Amino acid sequence: MAMATGSPQGHTRASWRAGVALGLLLLVLFLLPLVGGQYAQYLAIQVMILSLFALGFNILFGYTGLLSFGQAGFYAVGAYGCAKLLLLKPSLLFGVLGGVAVAGVAALILGILCIRHTRIYFSMLTLAFGMMIYSIALKWRDFTGGDDGLVGVPRAPLEIPGLVHLSMASMGRYYYFVLVITLIAVALAYRLVHSPLGLTLRGIRDSEGRMAFTGVPVRTYRLIAFVIAGLYAGLAGALLPPLENTVTPPMAHWTTSADPVLATLLGGIHAFAGPIVGAFLLFMIKDIIVRFTEYWLIWLGLIVVVLVMGCPGGVVSLARARWLAPRPDGEGS
Amino acid sequence: MTAPLLETQELRKTFGRLAAVAGVSLNLTEGTLTAIIGPNGAGKTTLINLLTGLLVPDAGTVRFKGEDITRLPPHGRVRRGLSRSFQIMNIFPSLTARQNLLLPVLSRLGRNLRALTRLDRETEADAEVEALLREIGLWEKRDARAGALSHGDQRLLELGIAVGTRPELCFLDEPCSGMNPIERQAVMGLMRKLSGERRTTFVIIEHDMDVVFSLSQRIVVMNHGEVLADGTPDAIRENRAVREIYLGGEV
Repeated sequence: MAMATGSPQGHTRASWRAGVALGLLLLVLFLLPLVGGQYAQYLAIQVMILSLFALGFNILFGYTGLLSFGQAGFYAVGAYGCAKLLLLKPSLLFGVLGGVAVAGVAALILGILCIRHTRIYFSMLTLAFGMMIYSIALKWRDFTGGDDGLVGVPRAPLEIPGLVHLSMASMGRYYYFVLVITLIAVALAYRLVHSPLGLTLRGIRDSEGRMAFTGVPVRTYRLIAFVIAGLYAGLAGALLPPLENTVTPPMAHWTTSADPVLATLLGGIHAFAGPIVGAFLLFMIKDIIVRFTEYWLIWLGLIVVVLVMGCPGGVVSLARARWLAPRPDGEGS
Repeated sequence: MTAPLLETQELRKTFGRLAAVAGVSLNLTEGTLTAIIGPNGAGKTTLINLLTGLLVPDAGTVRFKGEDITRLPPHGRVRRGLSRSFQIMNIFPSLTARQNLLLPVLSRLGRNLRALTRLDRETEADAEVEALLREIGLWEKRDARAGALSHGDQRLLELGIAVGTRPELCFLDEPCSGMNPIERQAVMGLMRKLSGERRTTFVIIEHDMDVVFSLSQRIVVMNHGEVLADGTPDAIRENRAVREIYLGGEV
């Protein structure tokens, strides 16, 4: 039996509009390398990377109710892991998947310690562990290159032995690789938040106590959400070294952890697409303001403050109220 | 005599110098709707918190179906057939009424971990939720956000969540608080129906004496963390100590 939401006509119309918007977006994304230059592709890759980073963060924050200030740690673990592996064996999938795996293991280990707490105590612990990873990136010079970071990371070819060997030398090729990975990761996240697991996480967000009395071991599920967020942060980080050919410690700094927070707040924490739209807006706002003033951070801060105060549900909630049928459970695409 | 569903021995819990539960030994038998009454601060809610795992006792044991569950966390007790509602409303306010009931049902079916199955493909859980929604009278409001429901409907929903795991023993902490007489009758009718159809044994904490005396088969009276009296409604009505200390001789 279908889970009806809202009136059937309203829901059908909303689904139709969302479908058209998604189709157009995919068309633009696939045509971008044909019409846009190198910079547009570079910017689009950056937007996709931040989207993945923020999407994972929001599974933890928007869906489970845990605000982490240490996600940059796993972002950096994914990036350093990928970079080290690519320097070891120049194979793109090996590097990226390896980076994701290392970030997942790091999230599992630190998660066991962090998820024992909630609210501000959880946030402070994640901040502390995130900064610990930053310190390791900065101080373990032999392994991480210290403040110089790791340089000369190759944009290795996409190799699946006996099946595929695709050079990634051109920006266009790498753009399509990141696009396909992003689409798969977004589809998986979409499926997850609309699954029994997704509903369970939302239940934990609403009332941990009530959730425990439905027979759910809440801490285990908090850990699952933490590891998923860590995997997404790791994936986002792992896609960066082949683009920039370098990894440096600032990507582990707590200020980098603020990026997914800002993107999610801009786009909307209670909408699946919120972090993605927010990531796009954040980059656009940055890119436009930087052309006019060197004090772009002040202007960016002002814009974020105005948007968050004027539209606490994020930009997506505004769009949903205007063009799409609102969902009674407050969640949406 | 049948073996007790749940038994406690010398259960104790103190907060600072206050003995909230001071050595309670109690047997709860299957199929007997029991009410726990007592003045404010008598230790009723603390006792339920100890029985359901929200609090760990300082001393004493809790056995459920013969198994020692004294140190078992709440989710472990729920999986063994215990359940509860809360004195202060505890639902999932941002979810719909239907989703509120899906959570305990998915948990009972062991499906919370499914990450790649669409919720609308959970047909078994969905059918069970539909039956439960109809039973508690919220089918028409199934897609309303739980936080937007009236107080009475939220209480019914909370009762639905509590029985969604198909518990054998279910504690309800003031299930009728803040309800009007019609809603109260609905909750009482529902409890009778559920205890018959689902074979759930209810234990209620309630201040409304009409509800207590018309619904329960056994009444446990608590005062200062101890069991003051324990017996049938008629026996409690005639109990001098209860009349003097708790009911003020007005029954």
